[in-house]
Amino acid sequence: MFDVDNAPEAQSTREHRHTRYHGELMAAIHKVIGTETEYGIAVRGQADFNPVLASSMVVNSYAGMRAKIQWSHEEESPGRDARGFGPEGGIMPDIDGGLVNVVLGNGARFYVDHAHPEYSSPEAYDPLEATLYDKAGELIVSRAAREAEPLLEDGKSLLLHKNNSDGKGNSYGSHENFLLARQLPFSDLVDYFTTFLVTRQIFTGSGKLGSENGRPAVDYQITQRADFFEEEVGLETTLKRPIINTRDEPHGDPAKYRRLHVIIGDANLNEVQNLIKLGSAGLILMAIEEAALPDNLRLARPVESTWQVSHDVDLKKPLELAEGGSATALELQFRYLEWAQKYAESTDLPVAYNQVLDEWEQVLVDLELDPLSTADRLDWTAKRHLLLEYQERDGLAWDAPKLKLLALQFHDVNPEKGLYYRLAAAGRVRHLFTPEQVEAAVVNPPERTRAYFRGNAVRKYGPSLVAANWDSLVFDTGEETLKRVPMMEPLRGTKELVSGLLDSSHDAASLLEALGDE
Amino acid sequence: MSDREQKRERKRSTDEQEVVDEVADPEAGQEVTERIDDLLDEIDSVLEENAEEFVKNYVQKGGE
Repeated sequence: MFDVDNAPEAQSTREHRHTRYHGELMAAIHKVIGTETEYGIAVRGQADFNPVLASSMVVNSYAGMRAKIQWSHEEESPGRDARGFGPEGGIMPDIDGGLVNVVLGNGARFYVDHAHPEYSSPEAYDPLEATLYDKAGELIVSRAAREAEPLLEDGKSLLLHKNNSDGKGNSYGSHENFLLARQLPFSDLVDYFTTFLVTRQIFTGSGKLGSENGRPAVDYQITQRADFFEEEVGLETTLKRPIINTRDEPHGDPAKYRRLHVIIGDANLNEVQNLIKLGSAGLILMAIEEAALPDNLRLARPVESTWQVSHDVDLKKPLELAEGGSATALELQFRYLEWAQKYAESTDLPVAYNQVLDEWEQVLVDLELDPLSTADRLDWTAKRHLLLEYQERDGLAWDAPKLKLLALQFHDVNPEKGLYYRLAAAGRVRHLFTPEQVEAAVVNPPERTRAYFRGNAVRKYGPSLVAANWDSLVFDTGEETLKRVPMMEPLRGTKELVSGLLDSSHDAASLLEALGDE
Repeated sequence: MSDREQKRERKRSTDEQEVVDEVADPEAGQEVTERIDDLLDEIDSVLEENAEEFVKNYVQKGGE
């Protein structure tokens, strides 16, 4: 077995970094974080509903502060490959032209992606803030669904689920985004991040009954998504999904940044879980940038291991390592935790990472002791715990329709009907935020990223805003030409930097004039 | 043992202590069972009707 206590110590010496980057020293860059969630959608009492139309109704009906805009694709190129051998040019057609797009006052994008409403959170300064804005998205989606109901025929109502699979072989995404240094060789990311992503499933899963996509039959598994992953590295997100996604759309200065698009994760309802998921990934990515991980812990078969980890609810089965020997996902996670703790001691990090390290450690310790003891923090164990209680009371088999309904309704974002919220109301899950904090995040943008400028532009100059992208806004100030404001630096456009400008600009024309003078 | 390992040991032993306490008190055990029954009854009252049909009809288009 892999010996967790005697593995190589983390090296963060200059010499070690010299070896990795051929003499080029590099500091980790601040991890700006955002989440994207595609929500499952259904119309109660109408199996043959049109999901694109229903999703459009939801997005269109949101009554909160928003600007309906064109989403501009001129800087976006989902076909561009981070490995450097993607399609030339990478300009995509304006595929969202006919669909609904809004930018919200909190800086988020809310739109129709394929056949789902998608909430893309504003750029957050740290994992705690990213968790808060992901939670705000649930409220926004659930309110938009309620506001859309008058558009439906009598007796029909909308159901929105924060989940990632319909249990019938269809999966939709929950993606995490992290700002990375462009100079980090992408091969380092593949080498050092893959095993972390495979093994973190023990605390990132939202739980699923059965298996899909031709995987071996199981009663219950940890994640919704593992069954759909088939490659180690690649560009796809909708078929042959890869553990490391190579989409190269930095949404910022491409000479300085990458945006790592992590597609192997479940949408989580639990706030603590989301914090651990986003924060541990942020820490490991910073440690990779600084060459502070002493070993890549390469798995012999990463894709098969992905399925195996998800299918092993007792967390006992060892994974085969490429260099020989084996270790469980839990043992490997303890190793990453230790390296992250050492890395954090060696550097100054936003204070939220202290909480991440504490929660990450406690959840691993508790998973080792008894996975179900984490039901207050992890969706997969909360759901499993609930299903086991039903089995005991009602004598239900794992394939009983009632259990399937419970497992699905766990994810309903209607606060009266969703079972996660019922568990929360019964005091069975932990929170990180007060309801007032979540309400504030529905309305106000983060203050320490460019989302501050975007969100306030919506709030203050919404009618003049005609197009937007993550890294630009386009205004119509009544002049002959539209005015584009680039925002290529995710950590500019903050409250500190632009609140004075926003306060003194009473309309979009004066804002643009003031910007032009700078 | 390093500081970190000691801390982890503490985290482990606190958990075990709590588990033992719960098992040791039969009255608390009964209270827990009643609380669970109440919660399941409450959940039953909000569950969608006709589970089999509802789950069968829940089909999503792929996304991402």
